[in-house]
Amino acid sequence: MAGKSFDVVVVGGGPGGYVAAIRAAQLGLETAVVERERLGGVCLNWGCIPTKTLLRSAEVLHLMKHAADFGLKADNVGFDAGKVVERSREVADRLSKGVGHLMKKNKVAVFDGEGRLAGKGKLVVARDGEDVGELSARHIVLATGARPRELPEIAPDGEIVWTYREAMTPDAIPGSILVVGAGAIGIEFASFYREMGSDVTVVEVVERILPAEDKEIADLARKAFEKRGIRIMTGARVKAMRVSRSNAKVDVGDSEDRIRTVEVDKVILAAGITGNVESLGLENTGVETDRGHVAVDEWLETGEPGVHAIGDLVGPPWLAHKASHEGVICVEKIAGLRHVEPLETLNIPGCTYCNPQVASVGLSEDAAREAGRDIKVGRFPFIGNGKAIAMGDDRGLIKTVFDAGTGELLGAHMVGAEVTELIQGFTIAKELETTEAELIRAIFPHPTLSETMHEAVLDAYGRALHI
Amino acid sequence: MPIEIIMPQLSPTMEAGTLARWLVKEGDDVASGDILAEIETDKATMEVEAVDEGRVGRILVAEGTDNVPVNRAIALLLEDGEDASALEGIGDETPAPAAGSPAAEPSPGAKRAAPEDGADDSRVRASPLARSMARQTGLELVTLTGSGPRGRIVKRDIEAALASGAAPATAHAPHPVAATPEPRPPVAGFVEVRVSNMRRVIAERLQEAKRTIPHFYLTVDCELDRLLAMRKDLNDRGEDYKLSVNDFVIRALALALGKTPDANAQWAGDTIRRFATVDISVAVAVEGGLVTPIVRHADAKGLATISREMKDLAARAREGKLAPEEYRGGGFSLSNLGMYGVRQFDAVINPPQAGILAVGAGEQRPVVKDGALHVATVMSCTLSCDHRVIDGAIGARLLTAFKGYIEDPLAMLL
Repeated sequence: MAGKSFDVVVVGGGPGGYVAAIRAAQLGLETAVVERERLGGVCLNWGCIPTKTLLRSAEVLHLMKHAADFGLKADNVGFDAGKVVERSREVADRLSKGVGHLMKKNKVAVFDGEGRLAGKGKLVVARDGEDVGELSARHIVLATGARPRELPEIAPDGEIVWTYREAMTPDAIPGSILVVGAGAIGIEFASFYREMGSDVTVVEVVERILPAEDKEIADLARKAFEKRGIRIMTGARVKAMRVSRSNAKVDVGDSEDRIRTVEVDKVILAAGITGNVESLGLENTGVETDRGHVAVDEWLETGEPGVHAIGDLVGPPWLAHKASHEGVICVEKIAGLRHVEPLETLNIPGCTYCNPQVASVGLSEDAAREAGRDIKVGRFPFIGNGKAIAMGDDRGLIKTVFDAGTGELLGAHMVGAEVTELIQGFTIAKELETTEAELIRAIFPHPTLSETMHEAVLDAYGRALHI
Repeated sequence: MPIEIIMPQLSPTMEAGTLARWLVKEGDDVASGDILAEIETDKATMEVEAVDEGRVGRILVAEGTDNVPVNRAIALLLEDGEDASALEGIGDETPAPAAGSPAAEPSPGAKRAAPEDGADDSRVRASPLARSMARQTGLELVTLTGSGPRGRIVKRDIEAALASGAAPATAHAPHPVAATPEPRPPVAGFVEVRVSNMRRVIAERLQEAKRTIPHFYLTVDCELDRLLAMRKDLNDRGEDYKLSVNDFVIRALALALGKTPDANAQWAGDTIRRFATVDISVAVAVEGGLVTPIVRHADAKGLATISREMKDLAARAREGKLAPEEYRGGGFSLSNLGMYGVRQFDAVINPPQAGILAVGAGEQRPVVKDGALHVATVMSCTLSCDHRVIDGAIGARLLTAFKGYIEDPLAMLL
């Protein structure tokens, strides 16, 4: 490998890195990826994809338990935790292999190991702590992602105290679980384990769950989770934890510092993430880091010429599609393409695959008001939607936020069945800069859940039809 | 079925024009070939001829209306045997061309149209949000350049225009300027004058020139005495021409460009376009601005021909009657302010051209020759060059050749 030289070397083969590599290869650049573990990164191997597989099992289980509601008979409903996890691993393996094929097809060289900057245009590849080669590259794209943020009170041990990694591959379903953090990751695990029968408690330091979402939507989601039996403690903080061989006793203090001790079989740490900035050889370079993330400009350039960074490594929102998009922007800029647009943060959709699902794009109602916008807000509940009722899941709501003056769609927020698939409609609308007028004119097929989107737009202008 | 008279497209790039004047009124009978109206674009006034015969049933766009888009119906012609009832319902869908234009009021067709629409911008590529924001702030989309995919005007373009102060001060009052037919009474010590199409084009083009063209300037002094003597000689022959100094300057510049083909060129993005012919755009001051009619193949034309052509072009330019092909194109420009007594000036290049020659007044100046002081008639000429195309040495060669012809005018006759 010594002395091999490339136009672009990407460090990290996750959804940011491998997409950047494909795009670079498409643009005719000699490209390589350095990956220390598995192509596809956390997203594909330990995050988005395997959790969705687990959640699908949970969803099918939920339907089987409620078969009678649909006039169906299903006796002795149960599951085999090992098989559920096995399926999740199979899906992850299949997709990781798929990324390998994509690398081959696009003639992207893949090096196994950890990449480390070693002087201008140079990258050392190390395996098991030993340097195994050096690559030279005109441009280096750092895409090493992130890992769970650790809290002083909570040290993951892989046995009783889990991170997402262990939570994704349980040998058995624990009887009780404490989830620390009510962001997307924590809520998804809470939703999964509750469905599988665990007794689940969620602790969140903020006064609400899903802090990135619109408050009204998050509150509705919270009610739905609590109805499913998930215990939620907001404005609460883990004060101390005593771990034994078989369980953990966790002292949770509320906002007034009243302590409640919760005894659980497992603790899942999901209190945010921090960028993998270590051992990248950033010392003595112009690359600056800020609170665990690499600082970049709008074109994903670091302070060091020829060194770029994308994805979770550069900061929130920590989303695979954001990382991929940054990868594309970054290499298109490297290739000197004209008309490259910087990332528009307000057009990045976010999805949480809990039950019921939560999805959103753009400004929340509160954020729009805080920004001083004169707004119109529309709401439409799924109880007014024929398809939702036919599906047997009419929980939830779609909400739209428009600028009262220009009709600009500022945000859309959803909780309910399949809303993670619906949000893309509003994402396109935002990217195309549509106003309420075009959305009102657009024809939504009947009967679909998407009709609720239309009604939520109509409602913002006092024109909702089916309510 | 009444015949629609539509806004003609006078040039390939024309998107809208001003309906300057109606020469017929409702009820008039017209025959094929009759002049119906005058249309004003950025540079010319053109006549709209009747193609069919009939009676003017309804005028849909009142005279004085700006920004009437190409292909919009401006009037309805009743065919033989049709009466006014044939007009029922027709033209009512035609949106008002310019909102709030009081002159548009008498037109019943325009009355029911969406009042909030401004200058027609339906042919402008813009996002719905950009349109909405433009409507809110009174910005005219046609004046903006889009930065989105395929030149689409998007939100940030509107924001940028607003930040640069392009919008009328009164937001939420669409097109307050267009709505005022007369200059406003002087308030706060100034009068707001409506920007004409020509003014807008001049503003855009010259702003573009100064922003994008790396200008540099070369000045020479040319002695005119021999040229003036020759001119007098030629003019005194009693032929049907009367040559001006400018006619000589046009010919000298044309011949100099012919000798310096590197300078007879323009920047075309990835390439440099070198012209096969010498076509000189000559700046002519007109009411409210200037026009640059073109003397084509100027290097191949004699002084008398150039003189006659120039007189005709200048006269028609002042009347606003140039055809688009008479002022569009051209390879190099000439601007002469000598008649105003200007001694020397630097002209702004007329994009996409790569050069312009600025000619000052011929005046008696002291010159030193062979160590002795003389008096000579001297004319200072300054060449503005686009450095992307013309380097200093090329510009100097062009200017030297030009000066050679001016100072040795007999060479011009060869």
